Amino acid sequence: MDQTEQNHGWQAEVRRVASGIRRRVLATTIRNNGGYLSQACSSAEILATLFTRVMHLGPSLGPLVPRPFAGVPGPNNPDAFTGAGYNGPKAPDLDRFIFSPVHYALALYATLIETGRLAPEALDQFNQDGSTMELIGAEHSPGHEVTAGSLGQAISQAGGIALARKLRGDTGKVWVFMSDGEFQEGQTWEAFSAMAFFKLSNLGVLVDVNGQQCDGPMEQVMRIDPVGERLVAFGAEVAVVNGHDLDSLAAAAMASHEGRPLVVLAQTDPCHGLDILRNRLPNVHYVRFRSTEEQQAYQAELDRMEGRDS
Amino acid sequence: MELVSRPHATNLVAWAKDKPEVLVLSADLTNSCEAGDFLAAYPDRFFSLGMAEQNMMGFAAGLAREGFRPYVHTFAVFICRRPFDQVAMSIAYPNLPVRLLGFLPGITTPGGVTHQAIDDIALMRVIPNMTVLECGDATEVESVLTVAHAIDGPVYIRMLRGLVPRLFDRTEPMALGQARVLSCGRDIALLSSGICTEEAMRVCAALKNQGVGIFHLHLSTLKPFGDPTVVEALQSVEKGVVTYENHSIIGGLGSATAECMAELGVATPLVRLGLKDTYAHGASRSYLMKEYRLDATALLQTIEGLLEVSFGITEEALQQVPIDVQAGSHKPEAL
Repeated sequence: MDQTEQNHGWQAEVRRVASGIRRRVLATTIRNNGGYLSQACSSAEILATLFTRVMHLGPSLGPLVPRPFAGVPGPNNPDAFTGAGYNGPKAPDLDRFIFSPVHYALALYATLIETGRLAPEALDQFNQDGSTMELIGAEHSPGHEVTAGSLGQAISQAGGIALARKLRGDTGKVWVFMSDGEFQEGQTWEAFSAMAFFKLSNLGVLVDVNGQQCDGPMEQVMRIDPVGERLVAFGAEVAVVNGHDLDSLAAAAMASHEGRPLVVLAQTDPCHGLDILRNRLPNVHYVRFRSTEEQQAYQAELDRMEGRDS
Repeated sequence: MELVSRPHATNLVAWAKDKPEVLVLSADLTNSCEAGDFLAAYPDRFFSLGMAEQNMMGFAAGLAREGFRPYVHTFAVFICRRPFDQVAMSIAYPNLPVRLLGFLPGITTPGGVTHQAIDDIALMRVIPNMTVLECGDATEVESVLTVAHAIDGPVYIRMLRGLVPRLFDRTEPMALGQARVLSCGRDIALLSSGICTEEAMRVCAALKNQGVGIFHLHLSTLKPFGDPTVVEALQSVEKGVVTYENHSIIGGLGSATAECMAELGVATPLVRLGLKDTYAHGASRSYLMKEYRLDATALLQTIEGLLEVSFGITEEALQQVPIDVQAGSHKPEAL
């Protein structure tokens, strides 16, 4: 098998996973009459590439259908758990995945399903009382290792984990998935200073640069550009790629970055693969259907994706 | 009374010697927090995070998740105010064994309002999973790390630096959830913490032969609160309860005592001595203690008010009362 055929192989798998992420998130959004839909459209290829091509993860340790919430962590709760097991065991040579913008949780659950780490019926628990499949994930949610909902905090925690792994001599990397809005937080820049200062070449960050935040387009809320130049100035190795181009994403994430952290700024379209969503621009942060007709139009789109006639 | 120079600096190096998992994190206040000797002794276990406390808390959390034991050193204000969300979410929610050493409590610094932690106990006490300890003397500074190290979860330590008096015998280290009984009596319960205990001991010594019974407790564990000795003191006194702390009267020892009394149904009057819902400013410790009625005279007058008597003790006489090292915290009759 030559290189082209191999590439065709992994790319086909990434495309399958990415399309499954969009489809499942769309279906769940329709069923719930609301959801973080645009985030799945922008990040599907990033998450799919990370989980199937870039990260070295062992098989999932988590149950295919998640356990119910076992209470908050504390000295008197030995039952508390994290969702890190879904990303495989912690081992010196294996990678770790830290999920920062946890309102993307549904997209991550869909990623875990498409990669065989979670059963499709797990989504029945999504946003249900008593479940760990929360709307905005926390460390007990499948695929989550830290509590990151106060945005900009996961990157520092990932820095601490990467520093610990460096001290121990682990060969595995720490991968962080971030959203571009988090670069408005001062803590993010504190973290990049420290990660460069400690020469954390075992840490890679993939950023979904979809240009959107809660209040609308980031250009109107608070500009972060030139974010790439800022990151270079802070000592990171930076690559800017089309976040829907699998070759570019994988190549940038797998490039060497000796003595410094890596950042892949994946420029994305918040409506990629779901043109109907463009009707709601410029505000696509959270989609709640305005009418039955609108919901039916999205259902027709889902039917088309699933190869059914509407 | 012995004054010990930089007890934390010396103790930290000796204590951490055989504990390779112990790391020190600092935010540009290394020597100011007496961690410079640790840096010199174990440079590979010291991490300078710069003036960036929010990120430092996240790094500490990550290191703790991986099995290290980070001891974060900075001023108390820079642990409790600026990175409050990071302490609550990155460290305390997951119940991680990060130890936060907050220096310059209350009016111990002339650094002014920005450097004076008057609300740190309140802020840390309200965080679930957080244990809150405060050092009152050199013996406690020398033993608090052992107490904290054994706790399954995050610990906030209100630290003392520089010249620290030794009020308690070296053989009586700090113990979690055990108030020190410094005197017994049935009139007034006096609950003091931190640097206020030295002043309280002065007042109690001055009142020794005045026929007043003071049940004096020194508290180094502020959360969890309400150990059996505290309950006994609150329930057994007849004239009233006084709390005495180098902190706002809101949220600290005074509030914890009030909550405890209310839940126990103790109906005696409570007077909370501390900063009365006010900021302080940059001045000497003795000046500020007098200005904000945190000194021995203020305590004496408070006790006189509760008992409706005047002992006729002058301020000068009070300052000259000698304080001895207290040995045997459970043998107050031997004092």
